[in-house]
Amino acid sequence: MSGYNNDNQIPSSVVLDSEEMRRAWTRVAHEILERNRGVEDLVLIGILRKGGPLADRLKVAIQRIEGQPIPFGVLDISLYRDDFRTYQPKVGTTNIPFDIEGKKVVLVDDVLSTGRTVRAALAALNDLGRPSVIQLAVLVDRGHRELPVRPDFVGKNVPSSRSEFVRVSLAELDGRDIVEIFRER
Amino acid sequence: MMKRKDLLDLQSLDKSEIEYLLDTAASFKEILRRPVKKVPTLRGRSVANLFFEPSTRTRTSFEHAAKIMSADTYSLAGSTSSLVKGETLKDTMLTLDAMGIDAYVIRHSYSGSAALAAKYVPNKPVINAGDGTHEHPTQGLLDLLTIREAKGRIEGLEVAIVGDIAHSRVARSNIWGLSKLGAKIRLVGPATLLPPEADQLPVTVFTNLEKGIAGADVVNVLRIQLERQNEAFFPSTREYARLFGVSKAKLKGAASDVIVLHPGPMNRGVEIASALADDPEISVITNQVTNGVAVRMAVLFWLMGGTT
Repeated sequence: MSGYNNDNQIPSSVVLDSEEMRRAWTRVAHEILERNRGVEDLVLIGILRKGGPLADRLKVAIQRIEGQPIPFGVLDISLYRDDFRTYQPKVGTTNIPFDIEGKKVVLVDDVLSTGRTVRAALAALNDLGRPSVIQLAVLVDRGHRELPVRPDFVGKNVPSSRSEFVRVSLAELDGRDIVEIFRER
Repeated sequence: MMKRKDLLDLQSLDKSEIEYLLDTAASFKEILRRPVKKVPTLRGRSVANLFFEPSTRTRTSFEHAAKIMSADTYSLAGSTSSLVKGETLKDTMLTLDAMGIDAYVIRHSYSGSAALAAKYVPNKPVINAGDGTHEHPTQGLLDLLTIREAKGRIEGLEVAIVGDIAHSRVARSNIWGLSKLGAKIRLVGPATLLPPEADQLPVTVFTNLEKGIAGADVVNVLRIQLERQNEAFFPSTREYARLFGVSKAKLKGAASDVIVLHPGPMNRGVEIASALADDPEISVITNQVTNGVAVRMAVLFWLMGGTT
């Protein structure tokens, strides 16, 4: 939910270019392994859409570092949103081909802001099982929390005003890796 | 995506709306495979199922779909409600609306009844679950989803609809949905059961089963409405079964990977041979039932959500 509208915005600045994004995300992979002391019971779940490719990249990085694969899934949270009566989301398909019961789940998303997406994701995971712990990894934390949510791993903190929008573009979905900040026109 | 109040037919939907519903339903199928089949999307919302005509699968399917999405459901059957006391459709709708029911699913033997009911509740969604011989849009959607899953596409497929087409709302919803998505449609049946308006539909008509299903990718076998037997549309069920009953032997001229659909309830041995209905290589009838739940979830989600 980066929530931007091309007609109303002017580009302001680049927050992360592709090299910076790669380094920050590799660091996050190391931090996840350090915090969890390896890959035992560790699983990655990306929040659709942008969390999917980001979780996949962590999976690849962790496999490269530790030499063994870890389970990876994607979670669609549109049925758990708190704004269904006023907003109609486009639905994606949850695909978590493993049991999350007792696992250490790392939830992955692109931008953390209000915390409402994370709340929805926690409710969605709750319907799938009871992990032993859930941690949160985000590429960008831009503040403006509306719920008591705190990330465990952050690619970059981006102080921003409410009138600004952070947009994450990923090569897998958008053709290139870049994080930009936009100001309302 | 344009926002609509009701789903009354497939004739008035455009291709992108139909594809949106099919894509959404395909995503929802994952929920049906979970150990806990419940999502909170429609928590605190209510759906009334008004079935003025008998139904098992459609009513259960709608109710199941609504309950998976956490809506509260109320089932009103024609025989046990005030309808037998002569209450009009208008008063039934106004009463339920005044109670604060949020959405309505309606099956009725009169064509156009769902559209009429929709007028009485100007701010609430009405979903047509079959109105007379007009349309049965969610059946059309679930057939489309089942065909798309099996074949990977709809566009360009040769689809034969076989049986009592004149009286079939399932056939009409199929014709509109399939033609909008680019399939080629054949109607196959005895002349007495072909629709009089066939020349105005995007279809080719056959009165010979073998010719009608030659090369077909999909055969959708309709139920012979035995309750209409005394109206003499065909001489006997035995003769119908011989000439228009679909069996594996009759399918020899169809595409080698032909699939067979049936909306149920089946008259085994009449319009469809029992061995064919149970053949998992050809029959996708149970997939249709599963997809029905997902499609109805998608329709409720579409109509009961906010504006995009």
